[in-house]
Amino acid sequence: MTDLPAPPLPRLARLRARFLAAPEPAKRVQFDRPLLPWLFLLPQLAVIVVFFYWPSVQAITSSFYIEDPFGFGSTFVGMENYGDALGSAEYRRIAGFTAFFTVMVTALALGLGLLLAVKADKVIRGRSAYRTALISVYAIAPPVAGLMGMMLFDQHIGPFVKLAGWFGWDMKVGLNYWDTAFAMIVVSVWKQVPYNFIFFLSGLQGIPAAVREAAVIDCKNGLRRFAGITLPLLAPTGFFLLIINITYALFDTFAVIDVMVKDKPANNPITLVYKVYLDGFRGNDIGGSSAQSVILMLVVLVLTLVQFRYLERRVHYG
Amino acid sequence: MASIEILNVSKTYPGSAARSVTGIDLTIRDGEFIVLVGPSGCGKSTLLRMVAGLEDISEGEVRIGDRRVNDVDPADRDIAMVFQNYALYPHMTVRENMAYGLKNRRTPAAEIEARVAEAARMLELGPYLDRKPRALSGGQRQRVAMGRAVVRQPAAFLFDEPLSNLDAKLRVSMRGEIRRLQRRLGTISIYVTHDQLEAMTLADRLVVLNAGRIEQVGAPLEIYHQPASTFVASFIGSPAMNLIDAELSGSQLRIGGAALPLDAPAPAQGPVTLGIRAEHLHRAASGLSFSVDFIEELGAQRLVHGHVEGQPLTLALPPDAPVADSMVIAPAPGALHFFDTASGQRLGAAAPAPRAKGVFA
Ligand SMILES: Nc1ncnc2c1ncn2[C@@H]1O[C@H](COP(=O)(O)OP(=O)(O)OP(=O)(O)O)[C@@H](O)[C@H]1O
Ligand SMILES: [Mg+2]
Repeated sequence: MTDLPAPPLPRLARLRARFLAAPEPAKRVQFDRPLLPWLFLLPQLAVIVVFFYWPSVQAITSSFYIEDPFGFGSTFVGMENYGDALGSAEYRRIAGFTAFFTVMVTALALGLGLLLAVKADKVIRGRSAYRTALISVYAIAPPVAGLMGMMLFDQHIGPFVKLAGWFGWDMKVGLNYWDTAFAMIVVSVWKQVPYNFIFFLSGLQGIPAAVREAAVIDCKNGLRRFAGITLPLLAPTGFFLLIINITYALFDTFAVIDVMVKDKPANNPITLVYKVYLDGFRGNDIGGSSAQSVILMLVVLVLTLVQFRYLERRVHYG
Repeated sequence: MASIEILNVSKTYPGSAARSVTGIDLTIRDGEFIVLVGPSGCGKSTLLRMVAGLEDISEGEVRIGDRRVNDVDPADRDIAMVFQNYALYPHMTVRENMAYGLKNRRTPAAEIEARVAEAARMLELGPYLDRKPRALSGGQRQRVAMGRAVVRQPAAFLFDEPLSNLDAKLRVSMRGEIRRLQRRLGTISIYVTHDQLEAMTLADRLVVLNAGRIEQVGAPLEIYHQPASTFVASFIGSPAMNLIDAELSGSQLRIGGAALPLDAPAPAQGPVTLGIRAEHLHRAASGLSFSVDFIEELGAQRLVHGHVEGQPLTLALPPDAPVADSMVIAPAPGALHFFDTASGQRLGAAAPAPRAKGVFA
């Protein structure tokens, strides 16, 4: 008997298998020598090792040490750095803000991206030249959008600050905690929306016209139809974007935060990544900062696993 | 009593200069199975989609029952549509696919369940009710699509080439299934196809479209035996009707240098396009001299391709009929069709159908 059922794979291995599986057998290329594929992979592997595994290992190692501030050796302290971080009220406050910030940025960026994509999809349905033009504009946009977003909140020339002023809101980005938080969220969302827009739009365009038409005949109410047909069919895109957006909010908003709080008084909201940077590079507390970044890595890992475990199953693929 | 009236309906797509569908007039009676047939791009889908409400009606009026539906939402038109690529909701099970339209119409749950069960029984979908469409074969998906239409109990079914994604054998059996189902439910059906065999076998009445206009409306055999134009003659029937240049003079038909006596009064004089079905030609003692180019054996019959007076001609002969390289052939009595050379319109529309008189009586 050659066709015994395969033993159940452990969950992580299944996850890996899903990513590593060749998409279609037809696309598989046969190599006569097993060495050749590794050679092709080498540059990519090197990049991953140098820029990801190596620093990760470094971070984990140094999180168990306290480094002498002047660089004269280090002392092994076990879990002490972790204890210090988790025990600190300031750390917990920043963690709380990070959670709030991440939820807000992710929800708003996804929501706005989806809203814009739905509107655009209505306009360009079937007109592919139009679509290409629109998408290419948005594809160039994100860095520019980021810059513009910063300018919107500039204390002196920012139109947003002026606008708020007309409504009696004396916005002081970099001075007032919640004003800064507001600006950080708006700019972060603003930067991420185009990206979400593109993916949602192409997801919408991927829904077959006949399926939409069948739904039009089956359901009169546009909102119901959107909830019952469009949204579930967009779920794979949405799931992918959810992970990307959470990661974005946790890590890639660093530059936005930096511009807003750098060289400003201490009472400003920051996220965990920024604290890692502050403690490590400004405070020279390499051990503590490493411990924090390891915690952050674990949080992201757990979040991603949870999402795959609970969400991916409910998302329809294919 | 449901009926559908299509009154002088035209369609101009935004941005296109010409009409895609022009001046369609058609009244569909209760329970009738109407097939729209015509070559690709002739406007079949456009017409169907205007009835469904998926395209705006540029001119004219569509009435379903006694309601004008031009401005009625597709969901409120009391129609159900079956699409070419099934258009099932991929994230729903077969059961949910069928129930979706009813749920949105606030049909009571018990009623939904009963109707879905009944449709599943009729279409033999019972074992698949809890599967998602991706786990079904093409034929099963097509049946689910039909089930989704059936449970709605609409005034009309609209089909847009529902079988063209299936293989030939399945197509034949599904064709039968659709016909049986429609007979049983007695629901008006409008069925779009470019397959003339499908059209012939399914239709109560056939609507032949050409370039956005109705070329002819009639029962399949009526159209087969009395095509209104050369277009219909060449489109309906396989092999296509022979169309050759000829001339009527007095009571004689001239084809090149040859002449045949007419057995009925000539409907016109001068040059005409002569139409003869391949099966209405046979060997004879006197008539036209036919030289054979090649033979296609179809089993039940053999198609003999050749020419008469330099014009191509096809004969359908019994499989055992002797064939010589060159033979004398003659048409069956009353089997000649005459068409205007310029307009292609039939001349003498009242010509009796050969050998088929009894069928219509
Ligand atoms: N959305 C559209 N915009 C502009 N022109 C269109 C549109 N849809 C169809 N047409 C044109 O209208 C005409 C009729 O198209 P339609 O789809 O009704 O043809 P059809 O008879 O269904 O053909 P087929 O057998 O290939 O499906 C064609 O000339 C087509 O180019
Ligand atoms: Mg069509």
